[in-house]
Amino acid sequence: MSNIESHTIAYVRGTMIPEQDPPITETGAIKWLRENLFSGWFNTLLTILSLLIIWWSVAAIGPWLWNMVWNAGSLRECREILAGAEGACFAVINDRWHQLLFGFYPPALYWRPVLALILLFVALAPVLFPDLPRKLLWFSAVYPFVAYHLLWGGSVWLPIVALLGFVAGYVAWRLIHRMSPLASVFAAVIVPVLWWVILAAPLNSFLYSGLPWGLDFVRSDRFGGFLISLVIGITGISISLPLGILLALGRQSDMVFVKSVCVVFIEFIRGVPLITLLFTASLLLNYFLPPGTSFDLILRVIIMVTLFAAAYMAEVIRGGLAALPRGQYEAADALGLDYWKAQRLIIMPQALKISIPGIVNTFIGLFKDTTLVVFIGLLDPIGLSNAIRASTDWQGVYWELFIFIGLLFFVFCFGISRYSMYLERRLKTDHK
Amino acid sequence: MTDLQIDHGIDRKIDTSQMKVTSEVAIQITDMNKWFGAFHVLRDINMTVNRGERIVICGPSGSGKSTLIRCINRLEEHQAGQIIVDGTELTSDLKNIDKVRSEVGMVFQHFNLFPHLTILENCTLAPIWVRKVPKKEADEIAMHFLEKVKIPEQALKYPGQLSGGQQQRVAIARSLCMRPRIMLFDEPTSALDPEMIKEVLDTMIQLAEEGMTMICVTHEMGFAQAVANRVIFMDQGQIVEQNEPREFFNNPRSDRTKLFLSQILGH
Repeated sequence: MSNIESHTIAYVRGTMIPEQDPPITETGAIKWLRENLFSGWFNTLLTILSLLIIWWSVAAIGPWLWNMVWNAGSLRECREILAGAEGACFAVINDRWHQLLFGFYPPALYWRPVLALILLFVALAPVLFPDLPRKLLWFSAVYPFVAYHLLWGGSVWLPIVALLGFVAGYVAWRLIHRMSPLASVFAAVIVPVLWWVILAAPLNSFLYSGLPWGLDFVRSDRFGGFLISLVIGITGISISLPLGILLALGRQSDMVFVKSVCVVFIEFIRGVPLITLLFTASLLLNYFLPPGTSFDLILRVIIMVTLFAAAYMAEVIRGGLAALPRGQYEAADALGLDYWKAQRLIIMPQALKISIPGIVNTFIGLFKDTTLVVFIGLLDPIGLSNAIRASTDWQGVYWELFIFIGLLFFVFCFGISRYSMYLERRLKTDHK
Repeated sequence: MTDLQIDHGIDRKIDTSQMKVTSEVAIQITDMNKWFGAFHVLRDINMTVNRGERIVICGPSGSGKSTLIRCINRLEEHQAGQIIVDGTELTSDLKNIDKVRSEVGMVFQHFNLFPHLTILENCTLAPIWVRKVPKKEADEIAMHFLEKVKIPEQALKYPGQLSGGQQQRVAIARSLCMRPRIMLFDEPTSALDPEMIKEVLDTMIQLAEEGMTMICVTHEMGFAQAVANRVIFMDQGQIVEQNEPREFFNNPRSDRTKLFLSQILGH
């Protein structure tokens, strides 16, 4: 201490030190390797172990994939081509891809589901990307009816009459809203239901007898493969979200009746396995419905899958609602916004944003759960893989079919997941 | 008793030419009682606010002062008595409630801006959806009031990008966009850093100078002295004392008031 103080503290540098390169272990690939793979004896051990596992896996699967056969008429032909070597027989996909995609849909009409799929992307675009012109949303609103007609065909008047039910609901809502907002909500639900139950069928047959327009009718039991997964999955996804929102709001309602209906519904559905509901849809529903009514099986399954997802959705959204500070409700109230406006403009945009990961989780879960319909005899991709194996040509083909089916599901689920990440980034306005 | 020296941090001259108390009644509260469960928060509140009045409500925490002003726009429901705002009685009738709310502006302690909307959208939302003002006109009104609170350049930012003081000024502008006839302030500066309190108080003083009817729950005694025409002291859910500010601060009559004033001004 005193030693330093006794000396002068003045100092002048004679020469400046030029900039030098860092040591070789601190740059580029070597640095990355050292930090990420070999940063200690334990991590080095793990790295070596991982490399070994990767090597073994590649060695096991590699030749099988490398020798894959795409052109063969049956598994036996495949084996002849391979001549004893190990190899995948993807020829089954080449031979039966149309069944895996469309089931037993008439091949001459494949253009209809394909067109429906293409139009689906057109309809989804304005919903998913707000930069697109808002007028396109009209097409999105009409799309379900267009898609229904493309897929099933039959009388062109049926979807139009069904669409008019919504129009009737809207008109009822407009007329009564001035007198009583609450009554108008009930009217908006009851009027369309009455329309569909009482008026829709006679009106449809009347119009169809006069003007028999429409595409060829395709029965539901011809549907199968990925087509059925997409129809159930996409309908379920698009209806379960709004239904889930209503259930979540109902659960928070002050109105005892509304609240208890929602709570009972959510808790009941969540407490029962989906497969039970599907069996109910396929077997039991017939006992409860009036004799003679035949209720399309796909429609029944869609209803069950949607209700199932909606109950989960409601709980996910309730989580988002619970995360909002009370002040947001109070500010909306203090500005004079009524309940529905406050929900639409203030509460839901924030609650849904918070819930995006959970919502997407439910969507993906729902989409993959559509494969459960195989148990009630619908020919989804899994069901068809069984059917394909049942033919003498392809008896014993497992992996190739499941890889193909898995890949298709993965593409869709991964797409949903990436979109949700984009959405979260775009909606990020809190600057945390 | 000598004049209490209050450091009110208000260094500007206040223009009192527009600050006129009229004889027109803006808010009439008669025998109002409120309970939270079994807890009697507000007891026999009687209060008349005339148009143009600037009232400061103070009192220890838990005295019911926030609850009182939250009853005025029905954020809290009262169980007995009568509240009439601008000639409309607050009952469970939703129409009346919405009418009162759209005419009474409120500013909260924690601003409560909508984080998913820009500053401009925060300000135009209620005029567009409640008052049905066309968007272009609502934008103009919003910019007018954002200029008034001196942050027009922030219009396209989100609340999260602004400081606390700026956010509170936006919250004031947002209320003003509905052209309210009465403004309620619920501890508007309590959540702010000291250097930001002044900019918010300045905005409030500006409003008072324009003759706005205001009720402020605040601990800013400097503001009370400079702007208020009446100070109300509440304790245990009751109005204990009210007076014009000079008398209130220099000559408090009840012991509770004296104790309270010595606690908040004593340091």
